[in-house]
Amino acid sequence: MTSKQKDKIWTGILYVVSIFVVILLLILIGLIFYKGRNALNLSFLFGNPKVAEAGGGIAPMFFNSFYMLIVSLFITIPLGVGAGIFLAEYAKEGRLTDIIRLCIETLASLPSIVVGLFGLLVFVKMTGWGFSVLAGAMAIALINFPSLTRVSEDAIRSASANVKEGSLGLGATTWQTIAKLIIPIAMPQILTGVILASGRIFGESAALLFTAGMSAPPLNFDSISLAARSSPFSLFRPAETLSVYIWKLNSEGMVPDASDIANKASAVLVMMVLLFNVSSRMLGKKIHDKYSGEN
Amino acid sequence: MENKKFITKLKNEYLGRTYAFACGLFIIILTLSIIFFIFTKGIATFTKDGVSLAEFLFSTVWKPEGSPKSFGALIFIAGSTLVSVGAVILSAPISVALAIFMHYISPKFGSKVLQPALELFVGIPSVVYGWLGFSILLPMLKAGFGGIGFSLLAGIIVLSVMILPTIASISADAVKVVPANYMEASYGLGATRWQTISKVIVPAAKGGILTGVVLGLARAFGEAMAVQMVIGNSIKLADGLYSSTSTLTSILAMDMGNTATGSTWNDALWSMALLLLIISFIFILIIRVIGKRGE
Repeated sequence: MTSKQKDKIWTGILYVVSIFVVILLLILIGLIFYKGRNALNLSFLFGNPKVAEAGGGIAPMFFNSFYMLIVSLFITIPLGVGAGIFLAEYAKEGRLTDIIRLCIETLASLPSIVVGLFGLLVFVKMTGWGFSVLAGAMAIALINFPSLTRVSEDAIRSASANVKEGSLGLGATTWQTIAKLIIPIAMPQILTGVILASGRIFGESAALLFTAGMSAPPLNFDSISLAARSSPFSLFRPAETLSVYIWKLNSEGMVPDASDIANKASAVLVMMVLLFNVSSRMLGKKIHDKYSGEN
Repeated sequence: MENKKFITKLKNEYLGRTYAFACGLFIIILTLSIIFFIFTKGIATFTKDGVSLAEFLFSTVWKPEGSPKSFGALIFIAGSTLVSVGAVILSAPISVALAIFMHYISPKFGSKVLQPALELFVGIPSVVYGWLGFSILLPMLKAGFGGIGFSLLAGIIVLSVMILPTIASISADAVKVVPANYMEASYGLGATRWQTISKVIVPAAKGGILTGVVLGLARAFGEAMAVQMVIGNSIKLADGLYSSTSTLTSILAMDMGNTATGSTWNDALWSMALLLLIISFIFILIIRVIGKRGE
């Protein structure tokens, strides 16, 4: 075989592999939506789950997934952006920065079930909150923390490149420059990262099994208190999310139509993730256009 | 006057700087406290319950309720190792092929189709992967090989899809930074594209590709839900690819909620969590060593 023929064959193989991967993805996504095609109906999306009886909905879990995401973002955005500011603007290359970077790497590569178990130990038991929205939100905030720090650091670095010296030259302090100038410029890019991470968090399950718990009390929207256990906005009630529900349906299957519900819930979950994905992409493109002056 | 100046300075600089510094420091505190809590919980099996480390690591007898009780975790350690190594063996060649294809064969198809496709693969939640494995892959395996479908093989296949984007995107970054003049020199010597790719590009990007593979391995090792849903969770060593077994993460997901705190059974589960933590440290160390060697 000449080396020309060999080249052709290998090029062919690379084509086949790449197309195979794309087709595999299309099939997977297609199957998820095909099997869950009846998900978009009101009694499913807004109905309560039933016990030992077919036809239940996913309303509480769907709500819990969103609520948990929002609570966790309230925890993780201030911390992540703060740490990003520190690494991009204040930290000097040296021992401390090295250690922080090592810690970020460590946190980022922790298996999420280990984070969940840490949450069980500290947020559930030590605090005495029990399985709760807050414990779950803290666990996923912990998972999101390293990636948000990295996103903020990158965004702040690229935002400060052109404006920092001008601002400092006008007599502003470093912090004034950061707060009034760099953060507003970096915000869209940070937001893109946050939305992308939200998609990942939305589907997280292993970290929530033992922190947010595996039960979802029916929601009663008469009360909006953050502390009363009966309120849907309570931070201290157990809150099974959509992804944990899918897992529980599979392992315990206490309703006759468990696999049907799991199909539909998977479709809803993937749809939400796609939505997060597309919106972060669109936002990213908008920023790119704005900066490259195409609009 | 002096005092007023300090207050202005406090408002404009010190408060913000302290906040950023605190966030940076918080990363270290968080990491250390995770290590501390998991470590103190995890060693109780050996210090309090008197199980020997050798038994835990090398015995295949897991009888937490039997008499005599035995807490050998080798089944789970072997299960985790086999399933993640299998997934990497299946996934790494495909991922590297994708990375090369994206950059050297068809950059347009790569950036317009493959890149977004990989991002979607990352976005699909692990319970959905598990559910797809359960509802589509298992029936296929059953039809092909008979038996129950739950198997090491099913776990390997599901995981290989899950870690594909990790390995592919890091390898893609690695082949991207190979200097263009390497390629030009190789072409100039009369080498074909495949000769250039296999003899110049891949060797030059070896470090980055290896990092991707190790990260993929780490992700596979720590994945809990998807594996638990398809591997069968029987407490025995796998005696072949098409044999059901358990992993460290799957036994944690299943048993942590059902065991009483303080019992040896529960403590042994925490030891497995500690083992997962230690293994994820080892992966980080390996990646650091690879990175250092590349410099």
